[in-house]
Amino acid sequence: MELLGKTNIDFIGKRNISFVISSIISIIGIIGIIQIGRGAANMGIDFSGGTSMQLKFSKPISIADARSALHKNGIAKADLQEIKDGNKLLVKMAGAAVGKPSEMVQTAFKKEFVDNPFTVESSTEIGPSIGDKLRKDTLIAVALSLMGIILYIAWRFDFKFGIGATIATMHDVLAMIAVFFLLNKEINLLFITALLTIAGYSLTDTVVVFDRIRENLHKNLKGAMHNIFNGSINEVLSRTIITSLTTFLAASALFIFGGEVIHDFSLALLIGIGVGTYSSVFVASPIVVILENRALAKQAETA
Amino acid sequence: MPKGTGWRFSLIGIFVLLSFLYLIPTLVTKLPSWWGGLLPKDKIHLGLDLQGGTHLVMEVDTQKAVEGSLDLVATDLEDTLSSKNLHFKHISRNGSDKVSLLLYEKGTAEAVQKLIKDKYPGYEQSPTFDDGGFVGFTLRINEKDAQDRKDKAVQQALETIRNRIDQFGVSEPTIQREGINHIVVQLPGIKDPQRAIELIGRTARLEFRMVREDITPSSATIPDDAEILKEKSVDRTTGAVSEIPIVVQKKSMITGDLLTDAQVRIDSQFNQPYVAIEFNSLGAKLFDQVTAANVGKRFAIVLDSNIHSAPVIRERISGGSAQISGSFTEKSAADLAIVLRAGALPAPVNIIQNVTVGPSLGQDSINKGLFAGMVGVLLVIVFMAVYYRLCGMVANLGMILNVIYLMGALAALGATLTLPGIAAIVLLIGMSVDSNVIIFERIREELKLGKSPKAALDAGYDKAFLTIMDSHITTLITAAVLFQFGTGPVKGFAVSLSLGVLINLFTSLIGTKVTFDLFMQKGSVKKMSI
Repeated sequence: MELLGKTNIDFIGKRNISFVISSIISIIGIIGIIQIGRGAANMGIDFSGGTSMQLKFSKPISIADARSALHKNGIAKADLQEIKDGNKLLVKMAGAAVGKPSEMVQTAFKKEFVDNPFTVESSTEIGPSIGDKLRKDTLIAVALSLMGIILYIAWRFDFKFGIGATIATMHDVLAMIAVFFLLNKEINLLFITALLTIAGYSLTDTVVVFDRIRENLHKNLKGAMHNIFNGSINEVLSRTIITSLTTFLAASALFIFGGEVIHDFSLALLIGIGVGTYSSVFVASPIVVILENRALAKQAETA
Repeated sequence: MPKGTGWRFSLIGIFVLLSFLYLIPTLVTKLPSWWGGLLPKDKIHLGLDLQGGTHLVMEVDTQKAVEGSLDLVATDLEDTLSSKNLHFKHISRNGSDKVSLLLYEKGTAEAVQKLIKDKYPGYEQSPTFDDGGFVGFTLRINEKDAQDRKDKAVQQALETIRNRIDQFGVSEPTIQREGINHIVVQLPGIKDPQRAIELIGRTARLEFRMVREDITPSSATIPDDAEILKEKSVDRTTGAVSEIPIVVQKKSMITGDLLTDAQVRIDSQFNQPYVAIEFNSLGAKLFDQVTAANVGKRFAIVLDSNIHSAPVIRERISGGSAQISGSFTEKSAADLAIVLRAGALPAPVNIIQNVTVGPSLGQDSINKGLFAGMVGVLLVIVFMAVYYRLCGMVANLGMILNVIYLMGALAALGATLTLPGIAAIVLLIGMSVDSNVIIFERIREELKLGKSPKAALDAGYDKAFLTIMDSHITTLITAAVLFQFGTGPVKGFAVSLSLGVLINLFTSLIGTKVTFDLFMQKGSVKKMSI
């Protein structure tokens, strides 16, 4: 079976459109990062410090009732979220000390919902000092892995390819942040894990395309850059799509059946896999074309 | 059999056998008695997010430990100077690293300085100065000693917490020091986390102090050597909590360090639990002396600056046993006995991180993770079989080998499987066929160029080799970084991911290739099912 026959799509020619799209996505991603830095995004308590609890009630409970119950007992600032299956309630309180808030929430609910007993399915309390340390560690981790990847690609290919791959990788990371920021999804440690995983994985597609471009560049030194690149991308298009597809299938199984704990994590993976495929064709390759053409023009000038 | 196939098949077979061998302790609940010696005993542990439990990070307030030892020095100096008839006005800890002394005349001050120089050589003494007609000077603990004290405090706290947890009864707890002053405690499968946290985090400093009946708590001036502490009492019928302030001596007569045992007993008269304590010989002697000298007076049993009870001493108590009664439930009495037996923490600890997962949520996560994994495997198998037909099945075989090897490797390392770890395995199922996709696409191209199946196969593997290496190494780089920086669940993800990537290199470059080689050799293959 074959998904795609022989294709002849002018990917490089569409670079103006793709650059506009990618720039918009990247800018949103950068805004997202700035908001994360300011603590204005939906930060998970692993970074902001605070308390998060998942409660399972024996009867359905409305968010409004829960909120007023908390208000009545002196808890003004709490983020409430309902989990669809099984009368579950997620309570999040940012920046509070360890120990007290979780107790206060439990006493409040015990008092206000006497006929609706609950169990604490999970609770996470993180002091502010840990959050700070984690934020720092995460920044270092993201920077280190991007550096590692850049160095490896620059070593394996030449510098221009390194730049292309790096920009594509950053683009993927920014796009994931942009989507999570726009959907107001929680930025937590699992999201960062997904981010780094995709930073490594999305290069697979880029490497596949680059390998073929390099091979064709060696074979054919005379053709126009534009054509060699387009030809190469078209030649490997089906494998670019299928490698992503198999991983996408596995990740979507996690997304649909994996349960609420890794729901957002698998969503981030799905976005990353999709964007990674797009960027290897529409971002990484056109950038290398531009760089190669510029180098050629310079050569012609000096000659 | 073609040349070079034998050893590759043997390698694959050996690895499969090894994987199952290592997986046996994980899969079998009870190992047979003959299972021993060199046979593996490590198994895949479930992370706290999967089996439920509590993960605590505690910060030891080490500064308090230094202050505590300075307090001891001050008390000891008071006793020593009194016994030597060296008159002083005042001795107390001053700030976080000093003890101040105030004496009546220069002569005694010099004698005291000489005495301190012999007794506490590690302390730096300031020159004497005049303070409103008195002679004062200070002792300062040197930086290195303070650091040592802090370090020891964390070590002691670790031991004490380990002791308490052992006595509380938790299976397979993890108690580790992390960084300078953090202690990480993991309590898998614990039923009552709140109780355990209270038990672990309590300082449990027990003191017996005399009550100052001569001063009323409401009086404006409390002398330097006394302080107001509160006694909490719970009304048995209404459950209302009231606090009664009592003035007590600052100095304690006896402390919890002198205990040898603490046990819960039930009072036969009121059917109330109480804690019976036993002193060591020094404690027994002191207790005997104190009670003999103070018959008819009250003394307060103080636990972490709260008065537990303040009974009247009715008679001299010799023999070294006493009891702490109060409004106990059976559980709270049992917990008090545990902390008294295990000893006090050298400094207070603050819980700075507490992650608790209930057992039902953990089981739910396992079920969902496994189900998602099955669906993922099935989707990929069906897709590969449909798209690449027979070759797709070979890739599927490689993928299944991959999963078996990965589980075996996780078991061999005694690794901890977390929910993100399961996610990594599911992700790897998708990624493990990627390499084969790259190879197969290449083979299709070579076939289109008119090459024979054998030649196309070899060319496909050769040309795809570098691409596969590159893509695996970049993933490995991020996995390594995640491993270095991640904690708990994220670390589990990184372990699964990096092992998986390494194993995948083996199965895709050797595992599936050798299968093809065998097919090719069987007869002259005219057409490839790809």
